[in-house]
Amino acid sequence: MTAPPRLALAGISKSFPGVKANEDISLSVRPGEIHALLGENGAGKSTLVKIIYGVQQADAGAIAWDGETVAIPSPRAARRLGIGMVFQHFSLFDAMSVIENIALGLDEAVDLAELKVRVAAILQSYSLPLDPDRAVHTLSVGERQRIEIVRCLLQKPKLLIMDEPTSVLTPQEVERLFSTLRQIASEGCAILYISHKLHEIKALCEAATILRGGKVVATCDPKIESAKRMAELMIGAELRQIARRPGGGAGAIRLQVENLTLAGEPPFGTALRAVSLAARAGEILGVAGVAGNGQSELLTALSGERLAGSGAAILLDGRPIGLEGAGARRALGLACVPEERNGHAAVPDFALADNALLTARHRLPLAPLGIIARGEVERFTQAVIRRFDVRTTGPGALARSLSGGNLQKFVMGREIGQEPAVLVVSQPTWGVDAGAAAAIRQELVDLAAKGSAVVVISQDLDELLELADRLCVINEGGLSAPRDVAGLRIDEIGLMMGGMRGVDAQAGGAAHA
Amino acid sequence: MLEWRRRREPSAAMLYASPLIAVALTMLIGVAVFTAMGYPGAQAVRDIFLTPFLEPQRWPDLGVKAAPLVMIALGLAIGFRANVWNIGAEGQYIVGAIAGTGVALATHGMTGWWILPAMAFAGILGGMAFAAVPAFLRVRLGVSEILTSLMLTYVAVQGLYYLVRGPWKDPDGFNFPQTRLFGADQTLPVLAEGSLVHLGIPLALAIALVAWLVLEKTTAGYAVKVVGLAPQAARHGGFRADGVTWACLLAGGGLAGLAGLFEAAGPFGQLTPQFPSGYGFTAIIVAFLGRLHPLGIVFGGLALAATYVGGEIAQTTVKLPQAATGLFQALLLFVLLATDVLVTYRIGWKARAA
Repeated sequence: MTAPPRLALAGISKSFPGVKANEDISLSVRPGEIHALLGENGAGKSTLVKIIYGVQQADAGAIAWDGETVAIPSPRAARRLGIGMVFQHFSLFDAMSVIENIALGLDEAVDLAELKVRVAAILQSYSLPLDPDRAVHTLSVGERQRIEIVRCLLQKPKLLIMDEPTSVLTPQEVERLFSTLRQIASEGCAILYISHKLHEIKALCEAATILRGGKVVATCDPKIESAKRMAELMIGAELRQIARRPGGGAGAIRLQVENLTLAGEPPFGTALRAVSLAARAGEILGVAGVAGNGQSELLTALSGERLAGSGAAILLDGRPIGLEGAGARRALGLACVPEERNGHAAVPDFALADNALLTARHRLPLAPLGIIARGEVERFTQAVIRRFDVRTTGPGALARSLSGGNLQKFVMGREIGQEPAVLVVSQPTWGVDAGAAAAIRQELVDLAAKGSAVVVISQDLDELLELADRLCVINEGGLSAPRDVAGLRIDEIGLMMGGMRGVDAQAGGAAHA
Repeated sequence: MLEWRRRREPSAAMLYASPLIAVALTMLIGVAVFTAMGYPGAQAVRDIFLTPFLEPQRWPDLGVKAAPLVMIALGLAIGFRANVWNIGAEGQYIVGAIAGTGVALATHGMTGWWILPAMAFAGILGGMAFAAVPAFLRVRLGVSEILTSLMLTYVAVQGLYYLVRGPWKDPDGFNFPQTRLFGADQTLPVLAEGSLVHLGIPLALAIALVAWLVLEKTTAGYAVKVVGLAPQAARHGGFRADGVTWACLLAGGGLAGLAGLFEAAGPFGQLTPQFPSGYGFTAIIVAFLGRLHPLGIVFGGLALAATYVGGEIAQTTVKLPQAATGLFQALLLFVLLATDVLVTYRIGWKARAA
């Protein structure tokens, strides 16, 4: 007779307004197993993990722990069961020492001297290099992660959840982390390892559950399954190839980026490394890539929120604009829509009319001589609301009162309504329902058809394949050469996104391990 | 059991009701505290909060006290909206007075319509220059303007002491630490015969109106609000947060400096060591009581002016110590910050757990 699984999920479902984040998810993890949870961003990994860790409650389904059905109402309850979690972003106080931070993270009050002994024992037995008395702000990211791991190990966990732990680590730190995780697993602790990096999963995990669109699409053994096959499963093998729109693409270059290099913003920013691209009138250029590989940095560098080192690094219709600010660039015809709607593309506490003013005042006469022309602003806002079918009470409604999809339609409409020469947009349909997403995509296609150049940065490959004429991949701050979408195979893109450039690497898979 | 429940949206009604609730609670607590201390608490509170409004002969004094409070608070409120926390208006107020007094002393014995405008101009520049220090330190070096502006207040006070005891001491003043009295053309014209009601009062109202117009109708006012609410969106919209920080501190410093000069060229008529009256600090309470809204600040200014005027009344009627004024002001801010919870939360009955 075999022991019951450490954790078994059966039929877990969770909906948020407008999205089914998890739908009928079942998986089980044995003691000592390192189990990968694989999926693109938005596939439902974080929601599932939050349910396991008691941060959120499932709408339906059952959780069994060592064979017994349990309820996990809070993270504290999860920790009592023996579930530990290391988050992607750490919760540490920079000004305090390692040991103080560990003490603060524990549920019960402990004697600091006694804690020190226990921590020292853990550091010793897992041979983790970490000085308990150092102040956190002096530590590297890898060392900070070790604090979180030690925090979990102190609770003698039976299940350890690691949320994209390597996204902030150097390759050497990744190696060290893996050997620590293997040791933890060998002592009988189950590990749920969340990632979308295929080579890591092949190197570390014995089982993988692949999520897509909130559902389990496959369970496999990553040591046997090829990286190519897993990429297909993750991205969606049933993906239909969209018939290309005729024409398009042959126009003059409207936006040109030449060797743009920009340091990342601390602490988690990705540096842009010699990015070059050219977007032509009438075409949609897609930029694919896994989150956190420099997408937001590319967008802020193009929008003018961060200036390029030289004017000639960015050319708009041949004119150097690398040193122009966001307002000047928009006046010249370069409009951008960042990924984050709340607080970046729009101000949640402002009315829609005030949000229209935010970026439309450079190209439209909304505030001549610095005096706000309320009538003009209202008219423009009303026009955007009508044309893009934004469901709202009117220009006076607060942006925060709109659903994500409606606000996105408004933000897209605000920029497209200004008829920009170039539109750069990141995640145009993120968290938007299917109907609104289709409308937004149609507007992008129409804008390009009118002679603008459109750059779409997205993690949604379906979307890029549907929209883009040419596609490049951003990876660790570098941008690949564009390829015509027509001749491109999905698995090629998938492997490039996962960090394994070129198709030749697919057989090996362990090249990076 | 009572419990706090988060509102789905901040309550607009509570936004305006909370200052009134705060005033009412402050009065109640005041009654309790001073009764417990053996004073006739109810009368003390009535004298401080109500008598200044009920007795028409107190109104001029109320206006004279409210004018500088309103002027300073307007400048501060603009900054607070943009998350620029100028706590050192008192220092800028003093330096404004010093700069204006410098002009008055340089033009001693002269006459001409231009002298007073020149003094006002110097006052504004003085306040701005003093506020430029925290602005520079914040924008260039990332130093918190809260600390620098506050600490500079004490520099200003010491500078004032040095001047009135040293180089600017009145040569005919029997060695008292004070400057010469200002001449007729160096003093604010009195609007009502026999009172201290000066030009600063209508000017404070006019500035409130201008501040309201700027905040509501111009892209400059818009920039202030965006930078305060969503800095990243402000950058996206092409606004420079550094520019807004500079503008806010300069506006706050300039208005505080002007208020200081008006106080020197109005009620004081000279500079003395008693000049720093704490208006720069009290104005912070005014700004919050007025919900950082220019027109609300006019009412907030009157409320806090009442605590000054009423504090003096209560000193004579119920022998309340002068410190009671400060106590009420502090209590008001404290209670206001507490009642502001009602804007985002409401009180409800907690259902007993089954």
